[in-house]
Amino acid sequence: MQVAPPTTHTPETQTQLFRYVLQLADTSLILAHRLSEWCGHGPILEQDLALANIALDFLGEARSYYQYAAELEGQGRTEDDLAYLRSAVEYRNPLLVEQPNGDFAATIVRQFIYDTFHYHLLQQLQAGPDTQLAAIAEKSVKEAAYHLKWSSEWIIRLGDGTEESRRRVEQAIASLWRYAGELTTPNATEKELQAAGLVPDYAAMLPQMEAHVARVFEEATLPVPQGVFMQKGGKDGRHTEHLGYLLTELQYMQRTYPGLTW
Amino acid sequence: METLELTQEEQFQARIDADIRIEPKDWMPDAYRKTLIRQISQHAHSELVGMLPEGNWITRAPSLKRKSILLAKVQDEAGHGLYLYSAAETLGASRDQMLADLHSGKAKYSSIFNYPTLSWADMGCVGWLVDGAAILNQVPLCRTSYGPYARAMVRVCKEESFHQRQGFEIMQTLCEGAPVQKEMAQEALNRWWWPTLMMFGPKDADSPNTAQSMNWRIKRFTNDELRQKFVDMMVPQAEFLGLTVPDPAVKWNADKNGYDFGDVDWEEFWNVVKGNGLCNQERLGARVKAHEEGAWVREAALAHAAKRKQRASEV
Ligand SMILES: [Fe+2]
Ligand SMILES: [Fe+2]
Ligand SMILES: [Fe+2]
Repeated sequence: MQVAPPTTHTPETQTQLFRYVLQLADTSLILAHRLSEWCGHGPILEQDLALANIALDFLGEARSYYQYAAELEGQGRTEDDLAYLRSAVEYRNPLLVEQPNGDFAATIVRQFIYDTFHYHLLQQLQAGPDTQLAAIAEKSVKEAAYHLKWSSEWIIRLGDGTEESRRRVEQAIASLWRYAGELTTPNATEKELQAAGLVPDYAAMLPQMEAHVARVFEEATLPVPQGVFMQKGGKDGRHTEHLGYLLTELQYMQRTYPGLTW
Repeated sequence: METLELTQEEQFQARIDADIRIEPKDWMPDAYRKTLIRQISQHAHSELVGMLPEGNWITRAPSLKRKSILLAKVQDEAGHGLYLYSAAETLGASRDQMLADLHSGKAKYSSIFNYPTLSWADMGCVGWLVDGAAILNQVPLCRTSYGPYARAMVRVCKEESFHQRQGFEIMQTLCEGAPVQKEMAQEALNRWWWPTLMMFGPKDADSPNTAQSMNWRIKRFTNDELRQKFVDMMVPQAEFLGLTVPDPAVKWNADKNGYDFGDVDWEEFWNVVKGNGLCNQERLGARVKAHEEGAWVREAALAHAAKRKQRASEV
């Protein structure tokens, strides 16, 4: 197989791209971490396996992004330096993915919101001009398609299941929908890279995303939330309180025993 | 000339003696079926509960690579649980009933999982020693007399040997690392050594069912035979790592071509079996909690499937 040579960028673009790839890496890692908290505690063995599977996909994707980010930065930092030695305010994941697992309904709603964005994003990135980002996206988009199918089917099951499942999924939507808007609201870095054609135009992705949500919610007999006030800040390092605890656990070993190889 | 007809039971034993597999539709003695259900479901429960002590460390793994390997490993154990529950189902047991027996404490699981995992080196010891002991127990079961069980064990053993290697590799990395890492490795070995020796079960003299199980070829070596094999395998590996097995009685014995070693603390063994290990309550509690909190999810899935079926029939 022939591998396309890495794309060259101006130093300014390279710095922006480093920030963006790091944001993608943080997002995948934090979501993987949350999903991995389910391991051994799922509602049924088959779904325990599915959750671990999805966590592993996100972890693999995170590692690819971190490795590429380290390369773009060119300061000799490794994937582990980037993941384990940055503080909460330096993390760039959107608020959605750091939200606690809650019950299975909350995990599914969080996943469905992110999968909808993730799948459509990767579809664009795989055709983008940066060859390395495109290669990561091309590999991950197949996994993302499966994730989206899985979380969509669960939204439908829970919405159109029992009274209790419906109540729980509605409650999860009420508490998590406010984090959906940040995904498609570009921050300064994303705006610059969108102008440079390296990051897709989110506004152009929205109709397809909304159509998918409408289709799934209709089958789930759930109303699509309207007029929700959208929170943001994670992509600029202003997080909810949950992230600090997550990082304390994630980074425990590297912080306790600095500089060792494991 | 007089022909002697074999009874059903004698025919069954003759097949086993000839190493012909028993399959789900074949006649089998009730006691064989019951013993197998107990053995396979206990094994399945062990895979399930065994996810917990290692699952503990997924969120704290020291590098992204380790996190990924550990998560994949614990996920494998869930897969083993599934294969084994399916194998037990071919004998007429239902998964719901098997789980109910686990949750009520009627069914047992391997006591090793009632010990806590306290440091990262425990991930090394669990893979290296616990999966190592499991392999010794399980490789002979790939040739066990009951077909579905034997086939499940072939798949399980392949993955277990990978688990063991990654555990050993964690230990090796620690032992080649900074002094604090080597200390961590030794401290973990000190805690895990004796409990893993207990994984092979009571002494042969205290294991009354062994003879019948060996006749049925659902057990192929005695507990003491396996324990000896384990010690013979692990002592040189510990030496290779530069670690000391916490048993002053360990000594090469050329006459028996194996190591002598000290006696397990059987009082501790029976205490943990009876539910008095440090983590018995937490482990079983975690399983019960996951099951109870998952009830509404399982009900929703069933209710939705029923609605779909209903709608399809109306079209
Ligand atoms: Fe296993
Ligand atoms: Fe096992
Ligand atoms: Fe294993």
